[in-house]
Amino acid sequence: MWRRTVPIMITFFVGTVLVVAEFIPHKPFGNLGEDFSLYFDIIAVFAFILGGGNLCRVHFSKIYRGKTDWQFSIVTLLGFFVMLAAGLFKIGNPMGIQGDVTAAGSLFADLYDSIFTPLQGTMYALLAFFVASASYRAFRAKNIDASILLIAAFVILLGRTPAPSLIADFFAGAGIGFMATAFNFVPTLTDWIMDVPNLAGQRAILIGIALGVISMALRLILGVERTYLGADSK
Amino acid sequence: MPDDVKNKAGLLERLQFIDRRYIFIFIALAVIIPLLLGLRFEEEPSPIVLALYDKIDEMPPGSRLLMSFDYGPTTAPEIQPMVDVILRHACLKDLKVYLMAVWATGQSLTVQTVEQVLMPEFPDYEYGIDYVNLGYKAGNQGLIRVIVDDMKRMYSTDANGTDIEEIPIMKQVSSLKDMDLIVSFGGGFPGIKEWILFAGDPGGIPVGGACTAVSAPQLYPYYPNQMVGLLGGIKGAAEYESHVLNTYPEAFAKTPTPGMNMMVAQMVAHIVIMLFIVFGNVMYFMYRGKERKLTLEK
Amino acid sequence: MCGLFCVWKMLKLKVAIFTLLFLLLSCFSAVAQTEEEISDTTASEEPSYRIPKLAPVTNLEVQDSPDDAGGEIELTWKLSADDTEDNGLVSKYVILRSQNRTSDFHIVGVANHQDTSYIDKGTQDGTEYYYKVVTFPKYEGEVRLTREEIDPLMDEFPEFTELGIKDVSMLAEYDRNLAAAFIDEILGISAVAGPVKSSAQWFNSKDLDTFIIGLVICTSVVIFIGLARGGRKLFLRRIGGLQAIENAIGRATEMGKSILFIPGIQDMDDVQTVAGITILGRIAKTIAEYDTKINMPVSRSIVMTTARETIKEAYLSAGRPDAYSDDMVHYITDEQFGYVAAVDGIMVREKPATCFYLGAFFAESLIMAETGNSIGAIQIAGTAMPAQLPFFVAACDYTLIGEELFAASAYLSGEPKQLGSLKGQDVGKVIAMVFIIVGTAFATLAAVTGSETFLEITNMIKSWFSA
Repeated sequence: MWRRTVPIMITFFVGTVLVVAEFIPHKPFGNLGEDFSLYFDIIAVFAFILGGGNLCRVHFSKIYRGKTDWQFSIVTLLGFFVMLAAGLFKIGNPMGIQGDVTAAGSLFADLYDSIFTPLQGTMYALLAFFVASASYRAFRAKNIDASILLIAAFVILLGRTPAPSLIADFFAGAGIGFMATAFNFVPTLTDWIMDVPNLAGQRAILIGIALGVISMALRLILGVERTYLGADSK
Repeated sequence: MPDDVKNKAGLLERLQFIDRRYIFIFIALAVIIPLLLGLRFEEEPSPIVLALYDKIDEMPPGSRLLMSFDYGPTTAPEIQPMVDVILRHACLKDLKVYLMAVWATGQSLTVQTVEQVLMPEFPDYEYGIDYVNLGYKAGNQGLIRVIVDDMKRMYSTDANGTDIEEIPIMKQVSSLKDMDLIVSFGGGFPGIKEWILFAGDPGGIPVGGACTAVSAPQLYPYYPNQMVGLLGGIKGAAEYESHVLNTYPEAFAKTPTPGMNMMVAQMVAHIVIMLFIVFGNVMYFMYRGKERKLTLEK
Repeated sequence: MCGLFCVWKMLKLKVAIFTLLFLLLSCFSAVAQTEEEISDTTASEEPSYRIPKLAPVTNLEVQDSPDDAGGEIELTWKLSADDTEDNGLVSKYVILRSQNRTSDFHIVGVANHQDTSYIDKGTQDGTEYYYKVVTFPKYEGEVRLTREEIDPLMDEFPEFTELGIKDVSMLAEYDRNLAAAFIDEILGISAVAGPVKSSAQWFNSKDLDTFIIGLVICTSVVIFIGLARGGRKLFLRRIGGLQAIENAIGRATEMGKSILFIPGIQDMDDVQTVAGITILGRIAKTIAEYDTKINMPVSRSIVMTTARETIKEAYLSAGRPDAYSDDMVHYITDEQFGYVAAVDGIMVREKPATCFYLGAFFAESLIMAETGNSIGAIQIAGTAMPAQLPFFVAACDYTLIGEELFAASAYLSGEPKQLGSLKGQDVGKVIAMVFIIVGTAFATLAAVTGSETFLEITNMIKSWFSA
């Protein structure tokens, strides 16, 4: 009983106080939101140890038991410990142990710049390829709605580049005035799509989300929703 | 049913969903070739970009601009051109520049930006007097919530460990409310949205932003009431670069324009994606036509 | 004769002397005039800091800052007559504060020209303060300050040191006009305002509109929960993504493959993660009943511990505590793309039959969803990050859009009190819709008719919802 009741009581108390504090600038309520944010961060920092411990346990066990793809676990653990040691002991840091962990010349900075940064960039760059393949699959003029979406996508794809003005110049040069006018209009149409239909849709979704958050928060504060505690609400 | 019709329908069905690796090769070429050629085109600034440009341009010399590096090396190729051009513009206008990061990964990018842009291009800018690097502090939106009222509660030293009390540029800054403009770079979390919600709105401080193209649409609702202006992705960078180049041709004649250069690659990539979409749709309609024919024959 | 000659000689000499004197005087005056002209020319060419005395600000008013936690006093004033928008003479206003009306004024802050207000954030609640505002000139050309001019300033205003100006040379380098401006003939010093005390307030009246709207929505949620508890039947529209969950789990069971659950990349302080975990609780129970395998890599340690508890309890309530293992939930890294790389690796190697993405996502959404698509998994996503929704819609089979993510747990539970909360939320939607329609109507009428009344109504409605 205590395992469920105490967390629900804490949630109710803290949730209510924080909501009320939002409208009371007087001490001690005024800074409660900031204080609780900081408390959470302090807890989260200590939880890093839990995460790191779990990572080591899972991968050591994988290597020890020789599970499938155990070789990858060696790479993971090696990366983890080398980076940890480089940051913790400030290896190669020109300012020594007193220096900033990211000081130029330190092993940590070198690893960060030469391995971490390019790897991160590579993962992000995948987006360009995946956007292309997803667009290829998703944009099919199967019905009226999909066709409108397809046309809008074309306008945005074109309008977000200097292509329309280049094409318009080409048509103007070739003496096809109406085509030049049409392509010159694409950037304006792009801005209109972004500013009007897109904005309207985004705002509607945001209003829905805000209301959803209020409802969800109330369910949590009032203890109606307990699933996150591992407890069935019933 | 004749075999050739059946085979043709099968081929069309397969072509509708071609192996994505072919798409990847075309996209790679579409990006690499224009970048190698180093072409660039002029861009007309859109109103949302122009709004941020005007805000910075109209700030009197000595006004305080906070630049928050809320991104990492991942998005640096997309965000960095915007950081560079806005920093150059701010220095040209003699603004006091405050650099900080709410992302841990932003710290090293702040140092890199100072070393690669500010120090070589604006040697008159003196550390501590004209600009300061406050560095990274943990706390995400919690950090913003605190410094909106009390800067020194979180920042007792700058990024180099110098006591904040000893830095002249910090003497007149007790909280974020003393800033004339905040520009957050990066559309992730925490980012522009958090700066608007926890600093701009409660503190009445103008907030502008520069973010990745994918994050831009979700930030549009905040413009113009809660957000001064926004640079969305390479397009935003290119528009800003092009505009400062036109307005201050002498000052920016020799500065690099990565945004404008990358925009050409983006344009070609967009065209390739459009061609693939057209191809996919043509195959789809041809397949549907064949399928209908086969159904009728049955 | 001799006498006449002498007189004539004397007269001649006198004339000569007079003439000589006249000539000399003329020369001197000419020289003097030229020198004057030269010095005048030099003076007009040389820039000078000795610009006319500036007009002070007027109507300086001080008051305790409203709606704050104390420690702040708000100053407002009418701009100096010399502070015009185009080509004004004023560069800034310096705020001076003292605890007595006549002396001991110290610099507490600086406002830019064209600013008509300043908030002094360094006051002690309950202490009486007096203020005056000093108008400073613009920096016009090079101001030549001498040591004799600066030294007294440094003695007179120790606040320069507080502003970081440590010595005379630095003062000259730092802001010459600031130093020069302290010379009495230039400053525009306002009348003293005060006394005023700062204090903290118990209610932030600026948030009254938020408070009222929040109260109405919260009350309606609570009322509907009560109505639902009382047995009233509530209609909820069908959410395709949620109805597909059971089929997706069934598919994984039939194929003998695992289910991958990604709760986003944010911590437990993000309500989307909490929403994802609540759905996990429902899904885990079904997974336990079907005896399927769940794999949940996470990017936050606190999410790991919470998810373990949730799954453990779900297995317990499904009567399968023996099937639970801590390894079902494992930590990868907090780093966004490191996490994505690991998750993609798991997908490609283990080929799960079903992937759930429920929580807060950023740029990694499409990378994960496309990889999931390439392995042929059934994918159900849900997020309240509007920028990621198009990616999920394009790459996944079902997507819970925004509020559906928060409604999912209540929907899946089927409990009346949970469903009631969703109904209460609809009241908020009705309020939003009514105000959008009314506001749009008045804004349109104001634009079409040009009526001031309609414009005022539109602005009034706007102001209710402004931050």
